[in-house]
Amino acid sequence: MTGSILTVAATEIRIGMRNRWVVLAALMLLIFALVLGLVGTSPTGTVKSDPLVVTVASLATLSMYLVPLIALLLAFDAIAGEVDRGTIQLVLASPISRSAFLAGKFLGHLGVLGFAIVLGYGAAGAAIYAVTGASGDGLADLVRLIITSIALGAAFLAIGYVASASVRQTGTAAALAVGIWLIAVVLYDLGLFGALVANADGLFAKSVFPYLLVASPADAFRLYNMALLDSGATTTSLSGIADALPFPAELALLSLFGWTLAALVAAALIFRRLEP
Amino acid sequence: MSAPVLQIDQVSKTFQSIRALDGVSLNVAAGERVALLGHNGAGKTTLFRLILGFTKPDCGSIRIAGEDPGTDVARNAVSYLPESVMFPKTLTGREIVTFYARLKSVPKTEVDPLLERVGLADAADRYAGTYSKGMRQRLGLAQALAGRPRLLLLDEPTSGLDPLSRQDFYSLVDDVAAAGSAVLLSSHSLSELEAKTDRVAILRTGQLVANASLEQLQAESAVPLRIRVRARHDSVVEVNERLGGARINGQSVELLCPVPDKMSRLAAISALGPLVTDFDVSQPSLDEIYRHYSTRAEKERKS
Repeated sequence: MTGSILTVAATEIRIGMRNRWVVLAALMLLIFALVLGLVGTSPTGTVKSDPLVVTVASLATLSMYLVPLIALLLAFDAIAGEVDRGTIQLVLASPISRSAFLAGKFLGHLGVLGFAIVLGYGAAGAAIYAVTGASGDGLADLVRLIITSIALGAAFLAIGYVASASVRQTGTAAALAVGIWLIAVVLYDLGLFGALVANADGLFAKSVFPYLLVASPADAFRLYNMALLDSGATTTSLSGIADALPFPAELALLSLFGWTLAALVAAALIFRRLEP
Repeated sequence: MSAPVLQIDQVSKTFQSIRALDGVSLNVAAGERVALLGHNGAGKTTLFRLILGFTKPDCGSIRIAGEDPGTDVARNAVSYLPESVMFPKTLTGREIVTFYARLKSVPKTEVDPLLERVGLADAADRYAGTYSKGMRQRLGLAQALAGRPRLLLLDEPTSGLDPLSRQDFYSLVDDVAAAGSAVLLSSHSLSELEAKTDRVAILRTGQLVANASLEQLQAESAVPLRIRVRARHDSVVEVNERLGGARINGQSVELLCPVPDKMSRLAAISALGPLVTDFDVSQPSLDEIYRHYSTRAEKERKS
């Protein structure tokens, strides 16, 4: 059982390496991180805050959009693609349970994504450290960002599998994945902040808004990272909210794990009903 | 004798309004090679999907090694080769066979011999995306042979293979059956099957219309033997008059002879003495028997 899961995971990582997914994702993250880190922080050079901390704040917002997108793009093909290409019949006829197969895919994709995130953000962090001579205070923030980015990726991988198990064509799954990204990441966030602007001091802002924020894995991720950053270093509108949360920031992490678990279970249940 | 590896009992399956399988019963014992024949749409692939547990029968039961299809025991017992097998394009042949060997808990040391057996040793390190259809089919067979399956399911295994590799293919199947695997293979290319199966099952629009050895089917179907008598130029007309039948070229006469009359016909031929220079007898081919069974039901329905 464990052996089968690891076999599927290792194969998935190998395929990810071969079709340049890892390199592409890492490069994408690295370039965005470098641009944000080196260009974005230059005006704050004379302020006492650490450039790395400022970078992490911008990277948290970047991750919120980019990591779910990369995860969904990795995940949409997992089942629908194998059905579409006709490779799934053989796998499902062999002695591996469907849940184990899905778990293997998840581990493999998480490996690919994790590798890309560590590589991209790690390299960017090192470059920023070297160029700006950051004090190193931000190192813990960067590590936290990397780890929570991987957790964010896990949630959207799992959500992507739900989409992938629900349809039979790769194209449909891809469209579904992009749709999920647009709604769950972009529009949800826009909508929430729009509502906040409309009702800045009311009941909504104080007691409903934070919970709606933490209910979305992408917003929960950003909220958590912002809340734990040294608030003096950042002046985003979010840091104020993060400081006045009606619940501990760890609830955001719970949201990420909850989404991952729920989506994985849902994907496995849908996958079980699939007739290849 | 132990119970058959595959037991199919009165299985029916309907898709929307189409009755894909209708009361099909079929057993395959260890070491037995059974050919499942039928036109496209006769229900062969549906039957395979039921055996693999991909879909459930409406009624009837299927047991593999005594268990339901799709259970761990059943999946461990069955090896499957789909009709047009596909593999991830960016994995090599060796990596793919290793992958399936691991899933089947077969030691890695068996991978290279398997690739050798199907003639892919030289291509083992090339990406499967570069393989021809025949090579993919052989790679599919390599993974199917991993771990001595108790039941080998081959769906149209030789489509896309050239005649030579077909021979290799069937000699592999013979080896596997001789080693104790039950083999169920579907096909609609018939002539190649004749010597290679112990039993022939014919599916026609979801019903099993025949299930016996080739010899039994030949006798039961009463498809006549073909006797071809060669005569000299000047005697062919006389031979034709005395034996009947049809002249098929300058100097031959073809006779259709019901199996029970075989000896009396041969006696009549030898009585012609020097008028005849040669003759040969051909058994009803699988094609003819197949045609007989696959059209008989239709005739019965019309009459």
